[in-house]
Amino acid sequence: MARVVVDVMLKSEILDPQGEAVLGALPRLGVNDVSSVRIGKRVEIEFDENAQNVEEQSRVIADQLLANPVIESFSLSIEGA
Amino acid sequence: MSARVGVVTFPGSLDDRDAARAVRLAGGEPVGLWHDDAALASVDAVFLPGGFSYGDALRCGAIARFSQVMDTVKAAAAQGMPVLGVCNGFQVLCESHLLPGALVRNAHLRYRNRPARLRVETAHTAWTRLYEPGSEVVFPAKHGEGRYVADEAVLDELEASGRVVFRYLDNPNGSMRDIAGVTNEAGNVVGLMPHPEHAVDELTGPSTDGLGIVASVLAHLTGAVDTSGVSR
Repeated sequence: MARVVVDVMLKSEILDPQGEAVLGALPRLGVNDVSSVRIGKRVEIEFDENAQNVEEQSRVIADQLLANPVIESFSLSIEGA
Repeated sequence: MSARVGVVTFPGSLDDRDAARAVRLAGGEPVGLWHDDAALASVDAVFLPGGFSYGDALRCGAIARFSQVMDTVKAAAAQGMPVLGVCNGFQVLCESHLLPGALVRNAHLRYRNRPARLRVETAHTAWTRLYEPGSEVVFPAKHGEGRYVADEAVLDELEASGRVVFRYLDNPNGSMRDIAGVTNEAGNVVGLMPHPEHAVDELTGPSTDGLGIVASVLAHLTGAVDTSGVSR
């Protein structure tokens, strides 16, 4: 069974206000040496036992649904193919 | 016979009733359309209302893009049918690539819920042709993900081709270049974040400026006004 992990991140030029909010909270933990925090999504996909073209299908899923190419980029990693 | 304006209800739509009411108050005939029905019931125009379609799962509008009704709306839009997206409807239009750009989390992370002053930048669309370019309108804004973003080249292209339709006078969400609404190349598809359908009567809205949106499309459909705008 193939398991695919898709990481979706906002493109670097897109402001990530959630990341900024987390960055702003870090001094309250006593952490003062962090310069940037960016938040993304991790999506885990499990294909059926005998699924074909796992990488190709994963790319379609990531490109057309999981990430919006206007604002986000994605990376794929395939385990146990 | 008045023009039929379809109002789509997705699971999680909130403003479909107000949209239908606005259509009626402006003199059109509202027609309810259902998300998993591909039939457009011979409507002359489509209104995608605000709300939280499919619970905003993944990204606002991302799932609605793949609904049955959107397949037909996309095909009809390509044929020139007027399509308006307000708030979540605007997000659906961007996700469906019917409009450029995307709507992301407000820069300050807070949900914004207040009247927004806007400048109407162009009357060259099916939905704004009765407005005076440069005039000011007040529509309620209520959104957490309304910050309009696109890359600089796209923004320059939108400005140069007169496709920025509404601009905030007091940017409530950090939208790039104060953009509140845009149109496609043909001028038949328009999306904006603030809600014209909540600005249609004195009792419940901050203005009645929103009536002009539906009135514009009715005029467009009946050809009652000079057509130099849209059919460029």
